[in-house]
Amino acid sequence: MDERPAKRAARSGYGLELRGVSKAYAAARALRSVDLAAPWGSALALFGRNGAGKSTLLRVAAALVKPDAGEVLAAGFTLPPQAANARAATGYVGHRNMLYPDLTPEENLRFYARLYGLPDGERRAAEVLRDAGAERWASRRVRALSNGMQKRVAVARALLHRPALLLLDEPDAGLDAQGKAFLASVARAVAEGGGAVVFATHDIERGLAAADRYAVLQDGRVAAQGSAAEADAAAISDALAAPGGGA
Amino acid sequence: MTANSTSNTISPARPSARPPARPGTGAWRQWLLLAAGALVLIDLYLIFQYAPTERVMGVVQRLFYFHVPVILTSFLSFVLAAVASLVHLARRSRAWDSVAYASTEVGVVFFTTAILTGAVWARPVWGVWWVWDANGTLTFALWLIFIGCLMTRAYAPDAERGGRWAAVVAVIGAATVPFLYMAADWWSGLHPERVTGPGAQGSLEREMLITLLFSFAAFIVLFVALVAERAALRRDEDAVEELRRAAA
Amino acid sequence: MRAGLRAALAVYAKDVRIEARTRETLGATLAFAFVAAFIFTFAFDPSPRTLAAVGPGIVWVAYIFTAMLGMNRTFLLEVERGTLDGLRLAPAPPEAIYFGKFFGLLTLLIVTEALLAPAFLVLYGLSLLNVWFAAVAAAATVGVAAVGTLLSAIAAHARAREALLPLLFIPLSLPLLIGAVSGTAAALDGEGWSGAGRWLQLILAFDAALIVVSSWAFAFVLEE
Repeated sequence: MDERPAKRAARSGYGLELRGVSKAYAAARALRSVDLAAPWGSALALFGRNGAGKSTLLRVAAALVKPDAGEVLAAGFTLPPQAANARAATGYVGHRNMLYPDLTPEENLRFYARLYGLPDGERRAAEVLRDAGAERWASRRVRALSNGMQKRVAVARALLHRPALLLLDEPDAGLDAQGKAFLASVARAVAEGGGAVVFATHDIERGLAAADRYAVLQDGRVAAQGSAAEADAAAISDALAAPGGGA
Repeated sequence: MTANSTSNTISPARPSARPPARPGTGAWRQWLLLAAGALVLIDLYLIFQYAPTERVMGVVQRLFYFHVPVILTSFLSFVLAAVASLVHLARRSRAWDSVAYASTEVGVVFFTTAILTGAVWARPVWGVWWVWDANGTLTFALWLIFIGCLMTRAYAPDAERGGRWAAVVAVIGAATVPFLYMAADWWSGLHPERVTGPGAQGSLEREMLITLLFSFAAFIVLFVALVAERAALRRDEDAVEELRRAAA
Repeated sequence: MRAGLRAALAVYAKDVRIEARTRETLGATLAFAFVAAFIFTFAFDPSPRTLAAVGPGIVWVAYIFTAMLGMNRTFLLEVERGTLDGLRLAPAPPEAIYFGKFFGLLTLLIVTEALLAPAFLVLYGLSLLNVWFAAVAAAATVGVAAVGTLLSAIAAHARAREALLPLLFIPLSLPLLIGAVSGTAAALDGEGWSGAGRWLQLILAFDAALIVVSSWAFAFVLEE
């Protein structure tokens, strides 16, 4: 692993590619033969109701969940055999902030930097905290931070290892306007730097504005996808609101 | 998109999703079950009519023909469950998971029977309900590990994880067996008064030996038949679950 | 290998730092351990002869039940706070997480056992200041932590974990329990190598085998 993961990964076709991916949980099928691709240098917005499979899709892409069937290429690496490579090149922000409440943001990030084996861990931790605008809170316990500030630190955590593929699961939730602006700038920076961003959101207007492409998940399947510029936000929200839309 | 979602609701189960077992493929299982039933009936005749009554212990000695084969079959069930678990972990195969599950469930019944017959046997012969020598301790511990495997499955968030975790417990359990056997053996050597009582020594007569060997065969065939039946039922349960998910 | 070691150390240092700051788990295990040790005062007639016979048993029943409380929290806290996903996202091998958590649990148990030892002297006049006892206890605790770390990861995701963990832990750690009680009895009788030695060997062999198998099996427990 001498080369930076971003460089190595960028040689293969897509930032994220799913072919025929299915995953069933005890009660229901979360994903039903999903085909989806997010090209390098772009952002993909995922829309869908609660339970449509957005979170499962992102967790599969982050190698947190093993699919029952299908192929996943994350940052150009096949899951699960090349999971370690894929993990080193993927950043993920989930619903939970994945921070230890009794440690400070700085301690949290230094811990994760060591866990990822980053050579410049302490410097990098300070860097992402500054970018996230969380410098002032760096040495208070996470427990004492507001939800919005915790979320910013969580985003900083996902950026520690300079991921080529960034996966965001409803990242807007709990963020103030400033935090949303930070997040948008992060996503833009990753996409413009040649990486790929995939994010799930309920906010269709904002999502389309931030993305290059979009996909709509319904009932574990990709119901529609296309270019964000040509998408009709009203039609997408109508479809999601329709009685049969996501059940 | 509306058309799409309508077709979703009426689409039948995808053919790729595990086809239900064809009728007729399970015929050998029925023959096996029938054979096991016949063997057990003959075994009962041998135990209660053919074998002579033991002079010192009397009628209670006939329990021996149940207890010894059942305890050995119990150990066999643990070996099968551990091997099937290992294969399941290595290959992630539902079929081997079914075998591990069936072997555990049937094994619990055998272990329970072994412990009950053992207690009823030990009381008049040794004056205690249970003998904590190496074999007695091992039997008891494996019984508990099997129950633990079943509980793990029951309390897991989904069947896939339950199967994987139960397999891990079975494999860890197998790893502890040699140490447990040695520890219990040394321990019982230190506490002889707790272990042995006025037991019965005696050689087996020819009729007794024949009965015992036949009993072994009968219980092993019964075990295999029950495991095959339970594993097949498990596959049907999976198929039903798959259909239910597709309909949900 | 080196990356794995670094990751394991990071997990361990993180756990120690959190525990040093909050003392939540140590407080809970210690309080429980004292109550568990104390209850035996009324469980039998505390004459010196009885004590000589049941002393090692008291010590290990208290230790084992306390250990179950400690291992219950090993992964429960990570699951409840969602940080287990943070560990699983890292490119570190699962074994690294296992060993980090294993050493964390081991440290907690050793500290609890050491702090509890004087209580046995005060309550029962049982002096555990004995090299052979220390060796047997340390070795048995390694095994307890090895099995406990794995089972903790299973129980943390399961329903009814308070019932499941003891049900799995007690039969799987039975060789340790037998070895530790017998080894302790031999050590307190002053039997040294001739008495406690062979139990120590048995416990160490168990430790070696179970560390290998548990760290291997951990990957199957961790995945979702």
